[in-house]
Amino acid sequence: MLLIFLLAPFGGSLLVLFFPSDQRGATAWFAGAIAFVCFLLAAGIYPFVTAGGVLRFELDWIPELGLNLTLRMDGFAWLFATLITAIGVLVVLYARYYMAAEDPIPRFFALFLAFMGSMLGVVLSGNLILLAVFWELTSIVSFLLIGYWHHNAHARDGARIALTMTGMGGLSMLIGLLLIGRVVGSYELDAVLASGDAIRNDPLYLPILILILFGALTKSAQFPFHFWLPHAMAAPTPVSAYLHSATMVKAGVFLLARLWPVMAGTEAWFWIVGLAGLSTLLLGAYFAIFQQDLKGLLAYSTISHLGLITVLLSLGSPLAAVAAVFHIVNHATFKASLFMAAGIIDHETGTRDMRRLSGLFRYMPITATLAMVASAAMAGVPLLNGFLSKEMFFAEAIETHLVNSLDTITPYVATIAGMFAVTYSLRFIHSVFFGAPPADLPKRPHEPPRWMRAPIEFLVLACLIVGIIPGRTIGPFLHTAVVSILGDRTPDYSLAVWHGWNVPLIMSFVALSGGVGLYFLMRSYLATGIEGPPVFRLLQGQRIFERVLVTLSWKWARSLEQRFGTRRLQPQMLLLVFLAVSAAAVPLFRRGFELPPLVIRGIDPAFALLWALGIACAVGAAYQAKFHRLFALVLLGGAGLITCITFVWLSAPDLAVTQLLVEIVTTVLILLGLRWLPKRIEESRPEDIPLRVRFRRLRDFLLALAAGGGMSLIAYRVMTQPTPETIASYFVERAYSEGGGANVVNVILVDFRGFDTLGEVAVLSIVALTVFALLLRFRPHPDSQDIPLQQRVQNAFDDDHPDRNAGDSIAEYLHIPSTIMRWMFPVTGMLAAYLFLRGHDLPGGGFAAGIAMSIGFLLQYMAGGTRWVEERLRIHPLRWMSIGLLVAAATGIGSWVFGYPFLTSHSQYATLPIVGKVPLASAILFDLGVFSLVLGATVLMLIALAHQSVRAPRAHARPARTEREAAQ
Amino acid sequence: MTELAILWSILLAQVMLALAMAFALYRIVKGPHAQDRVLGLDALYINAMLMLVAFGVRTANTVYFETALIIALLGFVSSIAFAKFLMRGEIIE
Repeated sequence: MLLIFLLAPFGGSLLVLFFPSDQRGATAWFAGAIAFVCFLLAAGIYPFVTAGGVLRFELDWIPELGLNLTLRMDGFAWLFATLITAIGVLVVLYARYYMAAEDPIPRFFALFLAFMGSMLGVVLSGNLILLAVFWELTSIVSFLLIGYWHHNAHARDGARIALTMTGMGGLSMLIGLLLIGRVVGSYELDAVLASGDAIRNDPLYLPILILILFGALTKSAQFPFHFWLPHAMAAPTPVSAYLHSATMVKAGVFLLARLWPVMAGTEAWFWIVGLAGLSTLLLGAYFAIFQQDLKGLLAYSTISHLGLITVLLSLGSPLAAVAAVFHIVNHATFKASLFMAAGIIDHETGTRDMRRLSGLFRYMPITATLAMVASAAMAGVPLLNGFLSKEMFFAEAIETHLVNSLDTITPYVATIAGMFAVTYSLRFIHSVFFGAPPADLPKRPHEPPRWMRAPIEFLVLACLIVGIIPGRTIGPFLHTAVVSILGDRTPDYSLAVWHGWNVPLIMSFVALSGGVGLYFLMRSYLATGIEGPPVFRLLQGQRIFERVLVTLSWKWARSLEQRFGTRRLQPQMLLLVFLAVSAAAVPLFRRGFELPPLVIRGIDPAFALLWALGIACAVGAAYQAKFHRLFALVLLGGAGLITCITFVWLSAPDLAVTQLLVEIVTTVLILLGLRWLPKRIEESRPEDIPLRVRFRRLRDFLLALAAGGGMSLIAYRVMTQPTPETIASYFVERAYSEGGGANVVNVILVDFRGFDTLGEVAVLSIVALTVFALLLRFRPHPDSQDIPLQQRVQNAFDDDHPDRNAGDSIAEYLHIPSTIMRWMFPVTGMLAAYLFLRGHDLPGGGFAAGIAMSIGFLLQYMAGGTRWVEERLRIHPLRWMSIGLLVAAATGIGSWVFGYPFLTSHSQYATLPIVGKVPLASAILFDLGVFSLVLGATVLMLIALAHQSVRAPRAHARPARTEREAAQ
Repeated sequence: MTELAILWSILLAQVMLALAMAFALYRIVKGPHAQDRVLGLDALYINAMLMLVAFGVRTANTVYFETALIIALLGFVSSIAFAKFLMRGEIIE
């Protein structure tokens, strides 16, 4: 039941995305239905959680790490869940009318439901790590919700600030929770709640406290981390109404209350939480007075009320905890309705600026009345719910909990903050609804649609009923929640409206009358229309935040990069190789490294000679690589060839085939690239080389020697080891019986290790796409921008002779070769088919076949040039790659249909006409996918390079041609 | 007797092919023109193909002919690419 409760919003969120964006009504109905079902579920669960009952659901997730999917609902979680779902339903109804036609509605409701789900996850988590996961989810989804209008810079900034702050808090909280898990020995909430003394007496208590408080206080926008909340007001109003009344910011106080039995009651808790709460309470209320934006005022008031809850939780007395829970509920109801009212005003008048709004009462009397009642509740006027919890707060403020200065000033601060609250509530009502009729509003104000107002009516009614008969309405639910937090320590409390003449009542009257007086004193100042409070205006948290962010992510990062980073490849390679050598050398030195004696026997003279040639080629290539690239490339070709022969000699024909094909393609690839490399000039005399350069070269040479020599030594050591029973023999035995192929290598690739191969070909396609994308923006070095010298000479020769056409020389030179090359196309195709079909039993396979086929295409390009080929053949490497990937993946998925694991293959033989018996394993389809992908990737990369020649000379060729035409 | 003769002659053929490859490499290293080097590589490829065939005969296994087949069919591609590079300055226009 709990699982359904939790999964419904997420599932709904996914489904909503499939609604067409013009179906606003249907989308809203669906989202509302999901929220309403959740609300009904919550209501249905209620009997299970009364009187301290706890509903649990457990599912093993990663039990080895103590990480279980534990859902746990007690009275407190129930209260929160009900609040989340109930206000969720109302906000959906409201958003249905609020959102404009051009806004992407499905995205809004999808995010909204996802947020509801993550918030429910936070309150339902019975495991600390799970709680952190959902906590992060709320941060991320709220980021997306705040930035919903992402074309608006304010929304983007607000979302970013909110994410940075809450994300940082979430990280710190996670560390704190991990520490708790370490102290308690379990992440299960039940175990944690049972070991309060152990945590409070642990030496790690203070770090845990600070880390968790940082998380909770950032989330609940407590001073000095409050500044993200006003910026988050760039969100659509339904989002603000939901996030900043009932959910997001309440997550912080939820965590405080949840861990209250474990963490509270110590001096450190009192000081940190109390100080943060008190300053937030006072400053938030003070700032709220001076806001010009309706939602800004409400945002600061939210901050202030959260501060009030935090103060209550800081006191550590059970009665204060009761008041805190009560105020959480009350604040959610009146603040959600006020946000909605502000949204209606914005919606119907086109502005939220209090300097431009006035006298709206005559246009929208019902909304005005509702807003008045709600803000009276916010101010704490008697007979409304805000009054009750505020009275309880005042009563607690007077009590002495711990004897220190903070406790002494609490009642005074509370009264002053209450006074401020009255002032800003009054300002909200008076400046918006009364006074002269508004002058220049973007729209003519009128009452909103009937159902847009309904959520507010409902909430305001709740405020009134709770305010008048608290004991009958909210009483039992509140009691359930309080019992689940406090257990045996639940105090006696009374929710009555009238407690007789006592100090809290006097404080309330002082606050009320003082607030009204303050408002009339400050009217002249407020009328000047300056944004922000005096003095504090200059000190903006957000400005500081931005500055810190710039310093951290830009200045420091830049200087770090300048100091330790380099864009030159040589030092990077040096570091990489050096680290690799040391990483290998250190363990070898520490553990000892013995080399068995070298035994020389049975030398094959031909093979030895071949190897001498190969070594000569390799050394020569390395020696010439810097200044004689073509020479080095020829030598490299020689070395590669010898490697192929070696593979054959040592009975690895598969490797030899693949290596040979790759060798050919690589040579062509490097030649293609060679044309674009800048020229290098060799020093004329060796004695001119500076000492520093000589030293660097010597160092690099020694390092290369160490790396190469070390590698050979290790290889030698491994190969002289007697071979134990390895996985190789397993593969050799099973290749035919289970994979249906006699070629072990191929069977391993497409069957036993098919999943690896799938990953590898996916990587190959990513690489090919990256090469393609990088080459799209390629700008050649000035050295190599021109048409090569040879072509210029040949073109000039053609131009000089009147009987010759442009391009005659090349056509004549290539007449015979190009004929052969063109005719090679079907032959290579045949070879590829041959390699592919016999791959399962004999050397070959999809990879080799793909490369062979791509060589066929290359030949066509070399013979006829890019334009010639692309006029005649359809070259779609991207399409080939995607088909290949799809076929390979589909083959794997296909085995699910038959009830086998991913990529299980099935094999049999089929007889084709002419060709004869052909092995027909399902792996051959997979291999076909590999073939298509390799072909596509190779062609894509080579062609991307080849296209550079078509692109670059065009700019040069065009003026030349027009000149010639002009001459004729 | 014939078997021994074949074995010896194959070994001799292989050594001689290896020597031919050595001479081809000499041409690659010596030059003097880039064209000489490319021709040397081409000769190296042809000799390698023959070497593989000889190896196949020696081991009496046809599997190795595959590699020889690929050299025969596609070994000229890199030579062509080099030739085109030297002639036109780029291999695909």
